[in-house]
Amino acid sequence: MSQPPKILVTKIGFDGHDRGSRIVAAYLRDAGMEVVYTGPWQSIDDVVTLATQEDVDVIGVSSLATDHLLLPKLMDALRAADLGHIKVVVGGIVPDADAESLASAGVARVFHPGSTREDIVGDVGDLAREARAGNAVA
Amino acid sequence: MSERPVQLPLPNFDAARAEWRQAYDDQIGQDREVRNRSGVEIKPLYTAADWNDGRYMEELGFPGQVPMTRGIYPTMHRGRTWSQRQLIGFGTPDDYNQRFRKILDAGANASNLAPCNSFFRGFDCDEVDPALLGTCGTVVNTVADMEACYQGVDIGAISMGMNDPEPFTLTAMLLAMAKRQGVPWSRITGTSNQSDYLSHFIANHMFLRLSLPGARRLLLDHIEFCRGEVPGWNPVSVIGQHMQQGGANPAEAMGLTLSTAIQYAADCVERGMDPNRFLPRFTFFFDISISFFEELAKFRAGRRIWQRIVRERFGATEPKAWRFKFHAQTSGVDLTQQQPLNNVARATVQAMAGIFGGLQSLHTDSYDEALNAPTEAAARVAVATQNILCEEAHLTDVIDPLGGSFYVESLTDEMEARIEEVIARIDAAGGMYLAAEAGLPQTIMGQSAIAHQDRIENGEETVVGVNKYCLEGAAEPVTAERPQAEAMAAYIADFQRFKDDRDGAAVDRALDDLARAAAAAPGTAGRNTFAKAVAAAEAGVTHGEICACLRRELGVGQPLVVA
Repeated sequence: MSQPPKILVTKIGFDGHDRGSRIVAAYLRDAGMEVVYTGPWQSIDDVVTLATQEDVDVIGVSSLATDHLLLPKLMDALRAADLGHIKVVVGGIVPDADAESLASAGVARVFHPGSTREDIVGDVGDLAREARAGNAVA
Repeated sequence: MSERPVQLPLPNFDAARAEWRQAYDDQIGQDREVRNRSGVEIKPLYTAADWNDGRYMEELGFPGQVPMTRGIYPTMHRGRTWSQRQLIGFGTPDDYNQRFRKILDAGANASNLAPCNSFFRGFDCDEVDPALLGTCGTVVNTVADMEACYQGVDIGAISMGMNDPEPFTLTAMLLAMAKRQGVPWSRITGTSNQSDYLSHFIANHMFLRLSLPGARRLLLDHIEFCRGEVPGWNPVSVIGQHMQQGGANPAEAMGLTLSTAIQYAADCVERGMDPNRFLPRFTFFFDISISFFEELAKFRAGRRIWQRIVRERFGATEPKAWRFKFHAQTSGVDLTQQQPLNNVARATVQAMAGIFGGLQSLHTDSYDEALNAPTEAAARVAVATQNILCEEAHLTDVIDPLGGSFYVESLTDEMEARIEEVIARIDAAGGMYLAAEAGLPQTIMGQSAIAHQDRIENGEETVVGVNKYCLEGAAEPVTAERPQAEAMAAYIADFQRFKDDRDGAAVDRALDDLARAAAAAPGTAGRNTFAKAVAAAEAGVTHGEICACLRRELGVGQPLVVA
């Protein structure tokens, strides 16, 4: 990849606790990725707009409460905006049943508590390359 | 046993110490450097050279006396143990009522109502995606909801903690409910546990989207009203828990919290309030990490600094105003999703640090809190943990039982110095309000959060089941309890009916009154926003309506995120 992977790190819904998302953003940056960090309280529309403007490869959503339940709506909105190539990952507290339904909604990866820096940086980098390849084909 | 006189200096001390040091160095070879989370270097041994009785009166004194190091009351836990205040909240008001009555039966003796996250952010249930409602707290939008929450509970008889962020609608609804039930406000006791708007702005971003100046105004109105009308209510809880869970190390969290308390006290003085009147109702709420000695030293140091601040900076002369009253919660960040039953051991150690630190009120986390909102079985174990610590383990027989330990006293001094450094940094930035606007506490927290995670990633900090002693295939199924969809739909329908049935003219009048109060200059007689919020709750105005009105008058705000 000529340009470094570009990642949007964000939080949707009601929760504002962002210790995890701040740390992940810093680790992705340290690994040479370009990170757009929004902080909490984003609406689905906010995320889609930002993803378009910034031309990101991966959207990382942090969910510590239950805000990941909104992710199927984000996936629909991305497809509707012709951004289906973007890979969406979620990190935080995601119960098993939800992880399954998120996977079928098209969420690429769930990072559970205990995921290491290495796991996250490696997988997000791989997904960014896939996303960019997919976009080039499209 | 008779008391022995203190004899200093100690004969043979230096020679014996040198001999021990030589033997230690010979046996240990290459010693490792040990630092606690706050960065204090920890020695292998503490002795009378680090701390001795000669400084007893100046640094420790007696419980209930300056400098308060040993506790804020003469009897401490030997007289009255702490309130077992478990934070619970889930589903509809009826769900809350069922759970709350169960934990009362299990031994809890105080309430701590956690509202839904939509509530924190200033929404009513009909303004949000229903999928999220009641998943992380109880949906409470009206005085009728509050009545359902406490159906069958004598609200004048137990401490009614409310996890109540600005604009304090839960407290307003509680007071409205008390009026309806004929319970005089003089019998209502408890705390607005989430009143610290600066910690919401800085750390966890759980607020109603109100501007910072607006938030500052609402807190002062709340304090002023409660001091006048609800004498047993603690309108202020300054929340170190948000700072520490957000990443601040224990010394930083204590420093930032005391700086926040200084800001609120200074604002009260500027409003014309008397420190001897408002300070006795200031309370604190802290996190307890698993760093056992560091945490109990943090609390002892915090207590000593606070009494000094209130006497020296605010001239408080009433001993009641010098008391550092605090609630504490065992740390969620230290819990693991892996091997979750291990969290019972963690919560036990954390709770003991808080107890030896002299807390007044305690929440022990349930072992499944890293997985989901507590299940009933896990919540029962959390309460039982408190019962065991309180009644089986003989921890409460002696006041400040670790006081006088060379290590604990030396560490208390070191933590005190680090906490003072943080307070000085915030003072230099013009106080906590300006520091928060400039992003300084956010930066401090952010740097320490990453430093701590780095130590876990590189194995310097052991987390059992995460970076050491991991069991292959030991992942527990992560399940989540969700509110029943039909019950939530029925709740939303009831909410609509409540709005349809109320006296529309009375609602409009109450909202006009609230708007006029917010538009008036702060401190104007008869224009207290919290008084109007109580009246609005009585008239059936909803939480979301109160929040929307205040945002219109006082301005919309966003968190300042530094990352």
